[in-house]
Amino acid sequence: MNAQFWIIQAFNGVSYGALLFLVGSGLSLIFGVMRIVNLAHGSYFLLGGYVALTVIWTTGSWLLAIPVAACSIALIGLMMERVFLRPLGFDPLRQVLLTVGFAFLFQQAALDIWTGNNFDINPPAVLSQSVAVGGIFFPLYRAFMIAMAIAIGVGLWLVMDKTRMGAAVRATVDDAQMARGVGIDTSRISMFIFALGALLAALGGVIGGAFLGVYPGLDFEILPLAFAVVIIGGMGSLGGAAIGALLVGLADNFGKALFPEVSYFTLYAPMALILAVKPTGLFGRE
Amino acid sequence: MTSQPIKVLVVAVILAALAIVVPNTNSFVILLVTRALAFSILVMSLDILLGYTGLASLGQAAYLGVGAYLTAILATKFQFGLGYDFWLVMLLGILIGAALAAIFGLLAIRASGVYFLMITLALGQCVWGLAYRWNSLTGGDNGINLRVRPKFGPVDLANEVTFFYLVFFVFAASLLLMYMLVRSPFGRSLVGIRERELRMKILGYNTWLHKYLAFVMAGGFGGLSGVLWAHTAGIVSPINVELTSSVDALLMAVLGGAGTLVGGVIGAFIVFGLREYLSTVVPWWQYVLGAVYVLTILYLPTGLMGIPERIRQYRASKGNEQGEKKLAAAAS
Repeated sequence: MNAQFWIIQAFNGVSYGALLFLVGSGLSLIFGVMRIVNLAHGSYFLLGGYVALTVIWTTGSWLLAIPVAACSIALIGLMMERVFLRPLGFDPLRQVLLTVGFAFLFQQAALDIWTGNNFDINPPAVLSQSVAVGGIFFPLYRAFMIAMAIAIGVGLWLVMDKTRMGAAVRATVDDAQMARGVGIDTSRISMFIFALGALLAALGGVIGGAFLGVYPGLDFEILPLAFAVVIIGGMGSLGGAAIGALLVGLADNFGKALFPEVSYFTLYAPMALILAVKPTGLFGRE
Repeated sequence: MTSQPIKVLVVAVILAALAIVVPNTNSFVILLVTRALAFSILVMSLDILLGYTGLASLGQAAYLGVGAYLTAILATKFQFGLGYDFWLVMLLGILIGAALAAIFGLLAIRASGVYFLMITLALGQCVWGLAYRWNSLTGGDNGINLRVRPKFGPVDLANEVTFFYLVFFVFAASLLLMYMLVRSPFGRSLVGIRERELRMKILGYNTWLHKYLAFVMAGGFGGLSGVLWAHTAGIVSPINVELTSSVDALLMAVLGGAGTLVGGVIGAFIVFGLREYLSTVVPWWQYVLGAVYVLTILYLPTGLMGIPERIRQYRASKGNEQGEKKLAAAAS
């Protein structure tokens, strides 16, 4: 347990957190705007990875795979919201169960289309190298993940904080009824946010596919982690999602390295405690 | 509304028919029904929370999990619970489920609606995390295999028919107990809390305590179903406490009809039937399951048990329409 161990584990934790930010921020926004607990969010992540694989197999281009996967899953999310969730009304339980039904349907569809095998998404050779800094080797790909998450995070923040659209979204998070009252089309906002959330999750699936792999069951493995991010960070808050993702990524990595037998417990028990003390999360608004 | 005694009679007749018919079928059906009955206890326990108290829990599998792991660990590590002491294990299963719920309830009961959903999810994941990672106790990912079923006196539970009867009677007793619970004044006040908690508070009810006790009792029944599940499946693994397992229980309760107890049992039978029978017939069985869920939630919010009521309403509204037409015709 020297300095090298701590540095490498911290680096891994932060890069895992970067991935979790992509999944968690979308989930958090969806919850904030629509009060929907979207249990199909892990499916978007998994499907994103699968679509990317198909694009890579047919065109051989990893760069092309990212936007194609993200946009096609965004379209699926958009349709799900328009056709099924919106007409359902605001009963949280029914919404949750509906998203589970879809998660099962997606699971089966993925199994049929992409078989049950484990796949890896191989990034371009440039990114698969390692860079030595001070005698420690850092995989470049993980650095790329962190950079990507920061870029997306900053982009999201700019949209949410500086644009009219962002202001409308924030107003909807704070008080949807009031927002409707002052003439904000909250229905369109939810559609936009749901598609955006799906897009971010799919993006995470493509980028995470390089080191998590793409396999059946990944959807329900990533989902509770994404929820941990959302809950710790506070629902509907972007900054919260970033901090939550960082904490979960670090806790997961150090937990597995230091006390493997209780590693998941040390992740979810604080999550439950935070919920019990402050249901809106550490950085969520009342 | 069909009167209550007739409903009870129908359920009793169906149960009796089940007890007579199932042992005479093949072992595939016997195992299927045994599994569904054992799991049904968990679904009914969830229904007490969901249907009667209005608390949707996304972590109910945790209680089945502790009951099942307790049974498996006692049996494999201590050779305990394989004779007459199996009844003691059942009691311990109830107690450990209730004890876990007593701890979790302290954290969860304050929350409501979506937040209750999330906190029970987190608590369920705590149990899953331990089951998955605590290798020395739980066998980690591989789980624990139970090679022998209990045997006491002339009763050998390795025989599938004997085991079916055991599960059947425990199930029937649980159903009866839970039915008495929801019909009791206590159960009535739970329904009151579901409908309007503030009013119950103003009337002087300690709603927190009511919800807490319901939560603990549901946990106890969950633990009991775990004990049976361990010996039914012959293996206990983290899959049993996964999020999907809790979600399954929730869907079964809603599919059959929340707030009816037997609805959850019907839901369990349909889901187990689809999953274990249909999966042997067609490879795309999961589409059917997913579609059943989606369609139920979209078009049958009250579940299958709500169908007769909907037909009656439909007929009544139709009757009204006809009556109005006649009136209109008479007027002109």
